[in-house]
Amino acid sequence: MDILNALVALLNFVVIPATAYGAQLALGALGVTLIYGILRFSNFAHGDTMAFGTAMTILVTWALQAAGITLGPLPTALLALPFAIALTAGLVLATDRVVYDYYRRVRAAPVILVMVSVGVMFVMNGLTRFVIGVDEINFADGARFVISARGFREATGLAEPLTLRSSQLITLITAALVVWALFWFLGRTRTGKSMRAFSDNEDLALLSGINPNRVVAVTWIIAAALATTAGTLYGLDKSFKAFNYFQLLLPIFAAAVVGGLGSPVGAIAGGFVIAFSEVGVTYAWKKVAGYLIPAWQPEGLLQLLSTEYKFAVSFAILIIVLLFKPTGLFKGKAV
Amino acid sequence: MSFLLAEGMTGGYGAADILHGCTLKVEKGQIAVIVGPNGAGKSTAMKAVFGMLKLRAGHVILDGEDITALTPQARVAKGMGFVPQVNNVFPTMSVEENLEMGAFLRRDDFRDTMEQVYDLFPILKQKRRQNAGELSGGQRQQVAVGRALMTRPKLLMLDEPTAGVSPIVMDELFDRIIEVARTGISILMVEQNARQALEIADMGYVLVQGANRYTDTGAALMADPEVRRTFLGG
Repeated sequence: MDILNALVALLNFVVIPATAYGAQLALGALGVTLIYGILRFSNFAHGDTMAFGTAMTILVTWALQAAGITLGPLPTALLALPFAIALTAGLVLATDRVVYDYYRRVRAAPVILVMVSVGVMFVMNGLTRFVIGVDEINFADGARFVISARGFREATGLAEPLTLRSSQLITLITAALVVWALFWFLGRTRTGKSMRAFSDNEDLALLSGINPNRVVAVTWIIAAALATTAGTLYGLDKSFKAFNYFQLLLPIFAAAVVGGLGSPVGAIAGGFVIAFSEVGVTYAWKKVAGYLIPAWQPEGLLQLLSTEYKFAVSFAILIIVLLFKPTGLFKGKAV
Repeated sequence: MSFLLAEGMTGGYGAADILHGCTLKVEKGQIAVIVGPNGAGKSTAMKAVFGMLKLRAGHVILDGEDITALTPQARVAKGMGFVPQVNNVFPTMSVEENLEMGAFLRRDDFRDTMEQVYDLFPILKQKRRQNAGELSGGQRQQVAVGRALMTRPKLLMLDEPTAGVSPIVMDELFDRIIEVARTGISILMVEQNARQALEIADMGYVLVQGANRYTDTGAALMADPEVRRTFLGG
């Protein structure tokens, strides 16, 4: 039995990728959950907001690179991120003014707002493809590895390699900072508290003199920032393709629902639950099993589901949660 | 002139009127109670005073100023505090945050007002870090009243503050309401527990079908055999 090699293989192929992916999903789910809690509808356009935000990051990155500005070992995209957030916030605020504002004024039912967001999704979808195209784009630059496979093998003498890509480490650090900032904002500042009050009890918030237009605008700006950051991190970690971001909508919603819609802590927990389930179910466990039980020679790869079916995992979790615990792990609002 | 004068209020939510020339007055630092049978328009009358209902006739005058055209939010700024009957706290926010939200319109330092609220309801000071949604019914009512007091209102309006609380808690809440009135705040209150409410009332209004039926001091209404027989159960 070779526990050490098994552990390294597990870290390398499951824990590290799933943690990075989980952090990306968590940031996406936070945006969805905020909009659900405060604006009271499921925003189907969130995946495409991520795509648009990432497209903006890529354009600004190219511009910076063309001007000869880079961040050295760090990806230039991090420098482009604030500009991309501003551009994306501008787009969602304009969308709100042109589209959602009307439906709020006529006090449309949440299901109508959901359908409206589907329309917004298609428009944003087209807009993103029009701006940046449909091809796969790789925009990561700077150092690729924090720990490289060869370096790790030489240092430890283990048979299994361990790699930690810089995009994965950057994802974790950025996600931690963003989550800390968000919770500080919601828990400590006057505006953040007024947003929670508005989410808790809209009528009483109005009675208390909280300005709903301001709450709505700040919510959209934060959602745009979260979406752009999540999308950029995902793109750095993998690559950018508009269609992939549209598909991310399912795991992101599953994460938000698992955690409990409207609950920020739940969104983060849900992100990791979905990511670990997806990676765990689609990973071929043969190698790890081989180290742990050398006598056992299984015929297959010990892979529960091939990676093409990874979305089935989110879907199954989504259905199970809705059937048995519709308020999610952290007592969100029932769907 | 009375501190609050709501005269000849006529109006409703849709086409049909609920209030028919209803008049309510509250003097400075006094307690006025609205009682009456179910569906008499008690809560509606209070909502009309607060501007949550469009009036077809009548006017509302607060401290000599006509506020009939103002929105509820603007009335809060003018010195009205309103405690709704249900959903009157922010359940996932702490007691202290609830009070802070009550003071949202205030840009000055409101810590001494918060201390006054804690002096009035000592239990809230103990539970100030706890979420309002986790408190008992009576404690939650105290948070709701405390939240409304944070704007330092001159008129506090309470819609059935004792709905769903035990008789002991009810007595305690009434004691606190008297204390609030002693600080010079006028109080307008709708009550289901008519007998107990009239006992602490300076002025009582018995509404029937959206109109004033009997208006007198609380003690006089309690003594009136007609009122006792029809509305107080003998």
